[in-house]
Amino acid sequence: METPRETSAPPSDREPHKTPNLAGSSPRRGRSSLADSSGTGRRGDAIFKFASSGSGILLLVIMAAIAAFLTVRAISAISADHGNFLTTSDWQTQADPITFGIAAIATGTIVSAVVAMVIAVPVALGIALFISHYAPRRIAQALGYVVDLLAAVPSIVFGLWGALFLVPHMLGVNAWLNQYFGWTYVFHQNEPGTQPRSLFTVGVVLAIMILPIITAVSREIFLQVPRAHEEAALALGATRWEMIRTAVIPFGRSGIISASMLGLGRALGETMAVATVLSPSYVINLHILDPAGSTIAQTIASQFGESQGTGRDALIAAGLVLFVITLVVNGGARMIIARRKEYSGADA
Amino acid sequence: MSSLATSSRSLGSSLTERRLPRWMPVANLALAALIAIALGAGFGFSSKLQWCLIGAILFVAIQYTASALVEGRRHAKNTVATSLVWVAFLLALLPLISVLWMTISKGIGVINADFLTHSMNGVAINQDGGGLYHALIGTLEQVALASLFAAPVGILTAVYLVEYGRGNRLGKAISFFVDVMTGVPSIVAGLFILSFWIIILNMPFTGFAGAMALAILMLPVVVRSTEEMLKLVPNELREASLALGVPKWLTITRVVLPTALGGIVTGVMLAVARIVGETAPILMLVFGADTINYNPFSNPQSSLPLYVWTEYGKGTDQSQARAWGGALVLIAVVMVLNLVARGLARWKAPKGLSR
Amino acid sequence: MKLQRNGRTKALAIGALAVVSSLTLAACGSDNNSSSNSSSSPAAAGSSAASASSIACNGATGQLLAAGSTAQQNAMTQWVKDFQAACSGVTINYQGTGSGAGITSFQTGKVAFAGSDAAMKAADVAKTQGTACQNGGKGINIPMIGGPIAIGYNLPGVTNLVLDAKTLAQIFTGKITKWDDPAIKALNSSANLPSLPIQTFHRSDGSGTTANFTAYLAAAAPADYTFAPNKLWQAKGGQAAAGSAGLAAQVKQVQGSISYFELSYATQQSISTVQVNTGASAPVAVSTAAASKAVGDAKVVGTAPDLALDLKAAYTTKTDGAYPIVLVTYEIACDKGNAASTLPTLKSFLTYISSTAGQNSVSSLGYFPLPAALQTQVQQTISSLS
Repeated sequence: METPRETSAPPSDREPHKTPNLAGSSPRRGRSSLADSSGTGRRGDAIFKFASSGSGILLLVIMAAIAAFLTVRAISAISADHGNFLTTSDWQTQADPITFGIAAIATGTIVSAVVAMVIAVPVALGIALFISHYAPRRIAQALGYVVDLLAAVPSIVFGLWGALFLVPHMLGVNAWLNQYFGWTYVFHQNEPGTQPRSLFTVGVVLAIMILPIITAVSREIFLQVPRAHEEAALALGATRWEMIRTAVIPFGRSGIISASMLGLGRALGETMAVATVLSPSYVINLHILDPAGSTIAQTIASQFGESQGTGRDALIAAGLVLFVITLVVNGGARMIIARRKEYSGADA
Repeated sequence: MSSLATSSRSLGSSLTERRLPRWMPVANLALAALIAIALGAGFGFSSKLQWCLIGAILFVAIQYTASALVEGRRHAKNTVATSLVWVAFLLALLPLISVLWMTISKGIGVINADFLTHSMNGVAINQDGGGLYHALIGTLEQVALASLFAAPVGILTAVYLVEYGRGNRLGKAISFFVDVMTGVPSIVAGLFILSFWIIILNMPFTGFAGAMALAILMLPVVVRSTEEMLKLVPNELREASLALGVPKWLTITRVVLPTALGGIVTGVMLAVARIVGETAPILMLVFGADTINYNPFSNPQSSLPLYVWTEYGKGTDQSQARAWGGALVLIAVVMVLNLVARGLARWKAPKGLSR
Repeated sequence: MKLQRNGRTKALAIGALAVVSSLTLAACGSDNNSSSNSSSSPAAAGSSAASASSIACNGATGQLLAAGSTAQQNAMTQWVKDFQAACSGVTINYQGTGSGAGITSFQTGKVAFAGSDAAMKAADVAKTQGTACQNGGKGINIPMIGGPIAIGYNLPGVTNLVLDAKTLAQIFTGKITKWDDPAIKALNSSANLPSLPIQTFHRSDGSGTTANFTAYLAAAAPADYTFAPNKLWQAKGGQAAAGSAGLAAQVKQVQGSISYFELSYATQQSISTVQVNTGASAPVAVSTAAASKAVGDAKVVGTAPDLALDLKAAYTTKTDGAYPIVLVTYEIACDKGNAASTLPTLKSFLTYISSTAGQNSVSSLGYFPLPAALQTQVQQTISSLS
């Protein structure tokens, strides 16, 4: 019964016999072309290449400027810090010996983002597959639009919805998780019955917020899977699920990871929704159902208004840490993509 | 696609295998819902959320068992996957409906012609009336300015990454930093523009300053999604075009970009949806205003999310109603922009390629 | 194909509709909210004539930016409305960005004045010299309006809860955890207190309200509240929410909760408020009049023209009918060297809001006027601004 998977060769296996990269070598080819004899082709090429690489470089310059700005301000803040910037949990920038550290807020950021990704990525892929391969064709486009609608809901509205609607409704879920999964440590509640304005609830809200991004990008990718691959799999007797596993998922893997990274970026940096839903405190608490913990972006947002001078710089230092976290996470994701052979139309 | 799948399935069933009847999922769904309601009521779970979750899990379990008994393991797996995909979709609809319902039920009361065409100039907090026209104008202008910068730069960067920079060092660097850029929180982008533009260059608070921060937030989303779409354009198209002697830049602008247009537009709209709801950089850079200011290059403006935030924070019944009304308008604005963009994409897309 | 063409036409039609409607929208926006129908405008003008007569525009013109404290934002909205109605051609734009951000904007010369819930520190004053304030001027604190901080609670069946500074401090620091604690029972002998856990809520964002509430706890119950007053909540435990609106929403939602916010939030959401036992003959309920009474005891500690206040006397007041948990919010402007373009508007606006008419116009919003003696000093200071 394993035959279908064996024979419907996953696209990633096609990689070894690589065709010459036309995209890269085309300028040389273009020289002998007819259009080029007029001369417009080469000049157009040069201009276009200049514009596109210029855009890329502009982007790098912006990033460098942001990084430099963050670093300069962060250094001045960290040198005024009376605690250890990496291991202190507390964030007292208004007190007299200024003491602050990222231990609690960095942990909270990662925990909430992990919860969000664990919930959002499978659901988003499910929705994307539903729209691309399961839903009746006539309504698929409308459904795609419905999901895009989720992206249209601004983060404040999600925040208010989370605080006013979701939090009361999470009470039961929390109690249930605490009762049956309290032994996992993560789902243990120190004070059962408190409002579930916790990192877990924040994770759920973030998951809903990043769903449309991940869904929309993966949906577009699933729609681009060469029909020949899918038909080949089905013709060999694969069920629809086997076809998806052997033809669709391998084709879209790099895209799925990219889409998830987009979602993760938003989950890590989300401000207003977290600030509205979470009951923050500057302690490391891995019991994710407790109303405790805080995230970097939320800390920046809720303290910015009353911060001046060093206090403001300390918040910028926190921003730098968020920057570094994103850098590390993306670096990791990149390594995963690079290890698996990439498949793309422009590469094969 | 799905027509092919169904036809192949019906073919298979008529020839060889035993299959579940077509009404089975519906029946199972009803069964699962019944049990979930019974359990929920029996154990007294207060939250309907739990009822739905229990129902979803039961549905998948029943589907698997039924399919495994009748059709065998492979088909059982397929059935589970199908059920899960359906469940995922329905699960995503729940919060959407809930959010929309909350926004509409709380916000529809204040929406009228006056609300849409008046500013908040001279409206006391405990007074009815006032509107969000100034915020609407501000949002539209700031987002338009941001898109004018971020969309072309983003798309060109993606073109560079896919068509020119594959594998070279600059390409890799750009690609990596685009990912990092997605993690720049809005407030940090705001702080950056605040320091450089407002404080160091000593520029006043304007809509344009906010638009610059929004552009920074928009850029990585545009690049990433466009890049993924360009990668998926089959090489056969490029080769065919190049083989006909079309210069590369024309190949890109006439063949590659139009082919990927649907996806690119989706990406740009996602980016717009992301920035349209930003509050923090607007508060820092655009300052906010209660009066109409059409000129984003001088004097403060307002914006819809900022309007929602400040009106909600005022705490009176009237201002909170205005806040929900603002949220509703904000959602509607993004929806309309989305529709327009999709319409344009479909209009411009090459025929026969759409699926 | 035919179907697709239809879809395209439809999409185009929707797009065209959107463009047309947005163009129509652009044509009919209006800043005029004075009245919804023109027939009532003479009446409105008549009713505001009293306040209009006290507004001297004195060359006020153009746009004036100000930013800072959210606690005075609601009062500002009212003042701006009345002032703009009296002086045509003036736009005053006050944004509640938070006191710290407001002061920073003021120091960099971006706003004409800042609103702050606490007097500026010496270091901050130094940063105003030569930047925001030219000609050797410096930023000064001008107290402008007071507001009581209400302690709101949600305890079904208990309407007249009485607490004192000591129990408040113990509740907010987590030493008292149940509503039927003996200490609370002792103050409420007649009330039927449930055995619910107390859920305290504090501000998650930096806030002048927190600074004033903790200053009260530190002054009135130094043995039980050992932290220094701070804009950020210092004590461990408890839950947090963003903004006074967020706190009020939580108290409304959660049984057994207690929190602090400006009086207007309690009135608007009809949240029960604590009566404070100050040691006076009877517990004092929160009201603008009672709070105003307490601030009468406050002393000016700033050196003229700076009018920074010391509210310690108000926090520890034992006067009958004086409510001790108060907040006085300041405007911060330059004594000399204000920007010439906005100086007339600044002076005339501040003169109006410190006038008796201006001070009384916001009393229904949960604010109380400055004591008469202080008000005179404030008005002298404002008239000397240059």
